[in-house]
Amino acid sequence: MTMEVLLLFILLPPLAGAALNGLLGRRLSQAAVSGIACGAAGLSMIAALLAAWTFSHLVPEPSVYLHRYFTWIEAGSLRADFALYYDRLTLVMTVTVTVVAFLIHLYSRGYMGHEGGYYRFFCYLNLFLFMMLMLVTAANFPLLFVGWEGVGLCSYLLIGFYFRKRSAADAGKKAFVVTRTGDAGFTVGLALLFWTFGSLDFGEVFARLKTLPAGQMQGTLTAIAILMFMGAVGKSAQIPLFVWLPDAMEGPTPVSALIHAATMVTAGVYLVARSSLLFAHAPLALEIVGGIGCVTALFAATIALTQNDLKRLLAYSTISQLGYMFVGCGVGVFAAGIFHLMTHAFFKSLLFLAAGSVMHALRGELDMQKMGGLRTKLRTTYWTFLIATLAISGVPGLSGFFSKDEILLGAFEGPLGKPWIFWLATLTAGLTAFYMFRGVFLTFHGSSRVTPEVEHHVHESGRKMTTPLIVLAVFSVIVGYVNLPGTPWFVRYLEPVFGPAESLLTATAPAHAAEGHPGLLVMGASLLVVAVGILLAYWLYLKSPELPRQLAERFRLAYQVLINKYYVDEIYNWLIVRPICWGSDKVLWRAFDAGAIDHLMVEGTANATARVGNILRRMQSGYVRSYAAWVLLGAVLWLAYVLLLT
Amino acid sequence: MVPLSHYLMLSAVLFALGAAGFLIRRNVITIFMCIELMLNAVNLAFIAFARHLGRPDGQIFVFFVIVVAAAEAAVGLAIIIALFRNRESLSIDDLDSMKL
Repeated sequence: MTMEVLLLFILLPPLAGAALNGLLGRRLSQAAVSGIACGAAGLSMIAALLAAWTFSHLVPEPSVYLHRYFTWIEAGSLRADFALYYDRLTLVMTVTVTVVAFLIHLYSRGYMGHEGGYYRFFCYLNLFLFMMLMLVTAANFPLLFVGWEGVGLCSYLLIGFYFRKRSAADAGKKAFVVTRTGDAGFTVGLALLFWTFGSLDFGEVFARLKTLPAGQMQGTLTAIAILMFMGAVGKSAQIPLFVWLPDAMEGPTPVSALIHAATMVTAGVYLVARSSLLFAHAPLALEIVGGIGCVTALFAATIALTQNDLKRLLAYSTISQLGYMFVGCGVGVFAAGIFHLMTHAFFKSLLFLAAGSVMHALRGELDMQKMGGLRTKLRTTYWTFLIATLAISGVPGLSGFFSKDEILLGAFEGPLGKPWIFWLATLTAGLTAFYMFRGVFLTFHGSSRVTPEVEHHVHESGRKMTTPLIVLAVFSVIVGYVNLPGTPWFVRYLEPVFGPAESLLTATAPAHAAEGHPGLLVMGASLLVVAVGILLAYWLYLKSPELPRQLAERFRLAYQVLINKYYVDEIYNWLIVRPICWGSDKVLWRAFDAGAIDHLMVEGTANATARVGNILRRMQSGYVRSYAAWVLLGAVLWLAYVLLLT
Repeated sequence: MVPLSHYLMLSAVLFALGAAGFLIRRNVITIFMCIELMLNAVNLAFIAFARHLGRPDGQIFVFFVIVVAAAEAAVGLAIIIALFRNRESLSIDDLDSMKL
């Protein structure tokens, strides 16, 4: 199988699946619908794996496989083809996305079985997969943007899947509008990029950037990078555009797992990574990326400390982990950021799917205060959730530890690494361990606080749901082993992709004083905070469960601020939403649309015409003698004209 | 020889009388006669010029005008008879149904 065919087999099955289910799904059985969807996802996954194998065995191994299928846009000097770009980064992304997506499709068979709109769900899910894959395989920015907007659309459709529920519909709108705000910056950045380089093709732009000496065009390149990062801020839920992600939990849990944990939200990280050379030429932009990532990571982690809703807890955790990925890119170790993206995809989606399993068992209950003691009744769910928690907390031996370690190492000794980033990131790791284990203890340990009606309904989920959980758990453990502290195979593997950017950064960045054994210091610090975090959670939620309430009383203000997520939504509502709504209502609608256009222009024209007509109609009196008079007058005037003026 | 200006003056006066009558009179047939008067005034002018310039063009044109006047009179009188049969009136002010 040739690469060009394989690439099509990665992209097209989900699109076909979406089309089939969308058009015919109504009349098909649930088995047929899920068969089509899972089959499409599975086919895509197999193609991705085959493409990975084929690419790796190409002789001589190219750094990029590029294939133009057909011309898409040709307008003046702007040319964007439907072309696909496959390099090692694409390999990592396609394999991760398709494997996780396939497992989630399988899980959904069990989870969505009792819900209405079964075919609609799988149609949107397949469509999303197509768009995401298009995003990561695109060979130029316009095509990437198609995928970018496409995943945004599917996110809106899937968040608002239960569209009859007001909060779900609102959440879908919020997600779309907030990410759109970021996309505005992205689009301007693309325009500036085109204006600067005359092309939006990866090959051409990156070639130009490679030969560009360091320090040239910095202003323009920094502007482009920052604008593009705005898009990433929206899509990947960083400060200040993160507010849509917690609300997005209104969607079905598989959606939260796939879109808002493993794939769509990572698109921003992918964008920055793919444009690593551009960012390398604009260190200021990278510092902004790292700074925002770090602050967001810490900020979201503090909110997660007090959340009682299981899915919201995971949502804030996702925001925090995405911050980590941006830290990785921001300090110059792009491969570490992608490594964390990959490990996170597995353990985060596992966390969400397991949470879904808990929800399923508790008839939709999500408040952890009404859970407890579930580990005996939901064994598989418990153990897989625990494994994922260990991974995300950065406990050694599991994948999260290795990927977080790489990022922390980069923060410490990377080209743009800074001490404050390192310490805040390490602190955040401790907080992460704490709130995740708090989640485990509240949900699965201790005495049961489950309400009586739900009590006898509690049962472990069927195999359709637990099998993907187990598979993801296995991955959450082993995926990290591709990169060990002493043997960074994964980072080295991505060297052809990030090499140019990283060497540029090392050359231009101020030199670091190399200390003795930075690796050991980093590892030691992170292990310390993780251990403290877990022990603290154990103490507060298992040993002395009255303590949390007492602490909340003692530190009332801090607790209120945290549990109300720093009132960010309320602030945005006052500062942005209300003025815009007021402006739209009073100015744009009443004054302009109804007043100026409807009243003045439309009715006004009609009125003016009527009035003029009224005046003119007096000539049609039926009075013949007046007609005669006008004829005479006309004749005289004409005669005068002829005689006097010619 | 009668000077040209005399003829033209006469023609103008006749035309003015015809125009005035056309505007002032109420009887439809009278109005028609005024129209004929105007046409004949113009005929007079044409002849005068033809005589003055020594060219037959004016006289030939007069023939055309006479023919047209005759045809128009025939048609016009037919219309008047039809109107009279409908309205029982020869006053032009009673013919006012084409108004808005």
